[in-house]
Amino acid sequence: MELSVNGHAVYAHTGGRPFDPALPAVVLIHGAGMDHTVWSLQTRYLAHHGRAVLAVDLPGHGRSAGVPLASVAELADWVVSLLDAAGVERAALVGHSMGALVALDTAARHGERVESLALLGVAEVMPVHPDLLAAAAANDPSSIELVIGWGHGPRGHVGGSAAPGLALLPGGRRLMQRTPPGVLGIDLAACNAYERGGEAASAVACPALFLLGAADRMTPAKAGRALAARVKASQVVVLPGVGHMVMTEDPDAVVDALAQHLAPKAR
Amino acid sequence: MAEAKFFKFDTLSLHAGQRPDPATGARAVPIYQSTSFVFDDTDHAASLFNLERAGHIYSRISNPTVAVLEERLAALEGGVGAVCTASGQAALTLAILTLMDAGGHIVASSSIYGGSRNLLAYTLPRFGITTTFVNPRDLDGFRNAIRPETRLVFGEVLGNPGLEVLDIPEVSQIAHDAGLPLMVDATFVTPYLCKPLSFGADLVMHSCTKWLAGHGVAIGGAVIDGGTFDWEASGKFPTLTEPYAGYHGIDFVEEFGPAAFVMRARAEGLRDFGACMSPMNAFQILQGVETLPLRMKGHIHNTRKVIGFLESEAYADKGAVAWVTYPELVDHPDHRLSARLLPHGAGSIISFGIKGGRDAGRRFIEKLTLFSHLANVGDAKSLVIHPASTTHAQLDAEALKASGVGEDMIRLSIGLEDCDDLIDDLRQALRAATKP
Repeated sequence: MELSVNGHAVYAHTGGRPFDPALPAVVLIHGAGMDHTVWSLQTRYLAHHGRAVLAVDLPGHGRSAGVPLASVAELADWVVSLLDAAGVERAALVGHSMGALVALDTAARHGERVESLALLGVAEVMPVHPDLLAAAAANDPSSIELVIGWGHGPRGHVGGSAAPGLALLPGGRRLMQRTPPGVLGIDLAACNAYERGGEAASAVACPALFLLGAADRMTPAKAGRALAARVKASQVVVLPGVGHMVMTEDPDAVVDALAQHLAPKAR
Repeated sequence: MAEAKFFKFDTLSLHAGQRPDPATGARAVPIYQSTSFVFDDTDHAASLFNLERAGHIYSRISNPTVAVLEERLAALEGGVGAVCTASGQAALTLAILTLMDAGGHIVASSSIYGGSRNLLAYTLPRFGITTTFVNPRDLDGFRNAIRPETRLVFGEVLGNPGLEVLDIPEVSQIAHDAGLPLMVDATFVTPYLCKPLSFGADLVMHSCTKWLAGHGVAIGGAVIDGGTFDWEASGKFPTLTEPYAGYHGIDFVEEFGPAAFVMRARAEGLRDFGACMSPMNAFQILQGVETLPLRMKGHIHNTRKVIGFLESEAYADKGAVAWVTYPELVDHPDHRLSARLLPHGAGSIISFGIKGGRDAGRRFIEKLTLFSHLANVGDAKSLVIHPASTTHAQLDAEALKASGVGEDMIRLSIGLEDCDDLIDDLRQALRAATKP
């Protein structure tokens, strides 16, 4: 569906069901240089299991207009504007990598709008190597190769894709090649500059699920665990053989974990 | 920052797409000879049907053994995904029917496999899809043949039987300028010798029956989606950019991004047309793909040796060879292009002319002992055919010339035997066929 956020057209995939703000809402936030298609299966699953889903394209990404926002904090404020535009008071936020930092920061500073968190491929800080930052800023294709190469674990590199006939590495590469010039550089700089992850985690009041790849070389599971330890009500699931691209490398495990995490809790 | 590491071609040939079987630990790819797959529960069943979860339902649409081959071929070509089919012809048909409806038009190289030509020239017009054929070396011909209703540009990396090299970078540019994808049949080269996606092609198809398998025991095909073509920007492909009532109202580009084509080809094409690959054939073809790099090195080594011999015959005073065609030869019109697109070898098909014409050609075939006389290419065993006395026997000399087949033309598919034995066999047969 199309929304208007801060004067810009924003696209959000609703998982094959019309968006119904009366249902409990979930917002899925992609990582640097990507778009809503990384959540394809999860979006459809949640939408067909009682949730109103918005798998967004962040500003300047995928089908959304505007320019990429330069900081995690701006993106977090943007998420609140998105909820306003969609008529949603409170939503569960699911984020990957940069999107996980955005979800975390939103929950820390706008806790009243966030029902729960699910953070995939996340760490307190995400320092980006200066070579990668420079390559991305210069739109050098090697930046995509670095993200794709380091971002996938054995499941991505060897394959054995859950989705019949799809090859994860070339798929990820093509997705990032579609991102307009300049976007990846801005995204990675935003990740690199974000320093209040620990502080934000301590401020999170809602339940938080951490979905970590045991073979993640960009945000190692150890760092994800350390961040989870700072959240009052956190749960950690570590997926064996999975790298940083958690939701595409093991989509079914992510669906299972999200289904359990988002299931209505007995009170 | 350390460079990103990716598995290289030889490693991918052996491993891509497969994890040791989780149920048994089997190292080899198991043959999942099962039509259907048990659901965990009713919710799991519904989720699979509704594309909420990944997995297998019914082997016409996907199968675990076939999926390994699909992912392996996609990885080797650098594509986002692949669909395997019952034959190479099924792959071509599937790709075309995924892209266009009645009224669609194709611009194709005129130098393509006879079966593909039959499909395009005679069969598809019955369903309202027509083709304009263009000499593969005539770039303006491609440009001028494109019409408003054109939906695909198609050619083979190496033409048949003339061994023309398709200028993939130029032809893809012509296609893209017109908002069209280029599909390339790469059967004769395999991804070991040429990855058409890296030169600008958008889709690649194979007859897996040939060099990919190598053993000549299984028929199969594949179409690989490069994920490169922007279907939405083109605006000519409603099958990929508009909701499909036959499949949950999905808009494939919106839902799957770069994998839109391959998802539609499976979800609609395999489901409805049903030309799927069997698990046994996928297993057999996988055995071939595992040794593809080794075999292609051997094919090229032997091919170059045989060419050396045939050229020496052509240059000898009383030699039995009139001419030799192979893209690496300096007198081949495409040899510069071949060096650019096919640096590791231009396949293992050689055409040559025998002195003495049609009769000498027939005698030559009969005198060969090691080469097998049959209508196939890409076997590990060396093959030969004399088109003028077999596939084109009904044509007179003039008609033969028009189709690019001389009366004296012999086509060799060079296999993996010891090349000295191949050359000995060729030498004795040439002598016997041309002695006065």
